[in-house]
Amino acid sequence: MTRPKYAITRYTTANRINHWINAGLFVLLLLSGLSMFHPMLFFLSGLFGGGQWARAAHPWFGVFFMLSWIGMIIQFWRVNLPAREDIAWSKAIVQVVTNDDEHVPPIGRNNSGQKAVFWAMTLLIPVLFLTGLLIWEVYFGEATSIGVQRVAVLIHSLAAIAAILVWVAHVYAAIWIRNSVRSMTQGYVTPGWAWHHHRKWFWDLASGQRDKTTPRKHP
Amino acid sequence: MSDLQSQDYVRRSASTMTPPVARSHEDQVAKLIDVSRCIGCKACQSACMEWNDLRPEIGHFEGSYENPMDLGPSVWTLMKFAEYENEQGNLEWLIRKDGCMHCEDPGCLKACPAPGAIVQYANGIVDFISDKCIGCGYCVKGCPFDVPRISKKDHKSYKCTLCSDRVSVGLEPACVKACPTGAIMFGSKSDMTHWAGERIEDLKSRGFENAGLYDPKEVGGTHVMYVLHHADKPSLYSGLPDKPRISPVVEAWKGIIKPLAVAGIAFAAIAGFFHWITVGPNEITEEDEEEAARALRGEREPDPEEKS
Repeated sequence: MTRPKYAITRYTTANRINHWINAGLFVLLLLSGLSMFHPMLFFLSGLFGGGQWARAAHPWFGVFFMLSWIGMIIQFWRVNLPAREDIAWSKAIVQVVTNDDEHVPPIGRNNSGQKAVFWAMTLLIPVLFLTGLLIWEVYFGEATSIGVQRVAVLIHSLAAIAAILVWVAHVYAAIWIRNSVRSMTQGYVTPGWAWHHHRKWFWDLASGQRDKTTPRKHP
Repeated sequence: MSDLQSQDYVRRSASTMTPPVARSHEDQVAKLIDVSRCIGCKACQSACMEWNDLRPEIGHFEGSYENPMDLGPSVWTLMKFAEYENEQGNLEWLIRKDGCMHCEDPGCLKACPAPGAIVQYANGIVDFISDKCIGCGYCVKGCPFDVPRISKKDHKSYKCTLCSDRVSVGLEPACVKACPTGAIMFGSKSDMTHWAGERIEDLKSRGFENAGLYDPKEVGGTHVMYVLHHADKPSLYSGLPDKPRISPVVEAWKGIIKPLAVAGIAFAAIAGFFHWITVGPNEITEEDEEEAARALRGEREPDPEEKS
């Protein structure tokens, strides 16, 4: 892959493969799941070969998504641990969303918005997985009582809606903060990008304090 | 059932548009099961199997007259036998023909996500249109009577059709036809209610002062009704629900949450779009690159708050 001279690696090849497996499965889950949620969206089941196929495929997408997310947890939990700087950054959220970056406090590798996405998904995905098992008619239809399944399907729906809202915010933020998408497709950011958006992380790299979780090329 | 009467739907699952109603000038029908006249012969079960070509697997004797032990994808009606010791210490054998109650407000239909897989005809019959069924099992969660059963063979949901195919051509359901004691009656709902009233008078005069009609209002009434000698305690009859209703959990899931969630997701996407065209993208500048380059050359030290 061709990179500019001073490119900084933000996401390793393993990070990126894992992320895009996740992304693909999430989109498949979203489309097949919404087709069974609202009548106006039932047409989405056609993308999977019809309602029966959407119903049959959805839980399997979910199983692989859970596995894939475990990979994400292993790779990203450390960089998403809360830090003191998160409070100041969160207080400046108005400045953040209005691109008033001069008045946004410097932050490390991830800001608290990114951390919130990670931890929200880390909470929601296991909830979706477990409640999904309870309503997986083919294999677990008789495993629990109908009363339990009713509650499970309600929690599953609510958690799915929450996850979709988090996902919309995540996708939009990636589009909004230019060149973030490239960091997850080609893996690198420019020094100016790190300087602008994650200045503490930038200084960590520049001062040679090698962050164990951040493989990089020395500029 | 197959889709025979597409012009007289009054309800259609997972549909936001009004179903076809041109032929909806029809009497509401009802099946009346007079439990006090049932002798437990299972002719209705046999007739149901024969008319609908159902052949459940041969099971095992479980120490009960019930055979098989539960409704199933090929068992759409089932005699349930309960032994009840009354206040006088006498044994009463309460035999109830179980199956779909054909609710006026069907929980299965409310829960179903597949358009047109569950319909209600103008005559009140609730029918599963099997080729549209996707096998999700939501109808099982919606039903207050625990009636639908999903087949392990074709992953489709099945239940009593009230012989909608027979009724549509002016015949009574197969179980009604076969009943040797007249315990199962079929006709317009008003006629059946009237007839039940006479039976209940008769039962009351013979000492069953709590005799009554089971036509639960919580689900808008049903198109299968029972005459019970103990209408004050329906649960004596192998767990017939005392107050059946669509679970509030299902009501929340299929009521308010469904439109709110879609609106919320749409709103989030639109909000993103408007952020883009007002605040706009957040791009780095040449100065950022120059500052970063200077820092990398060691020409600049971090401010105190920039250190981690």
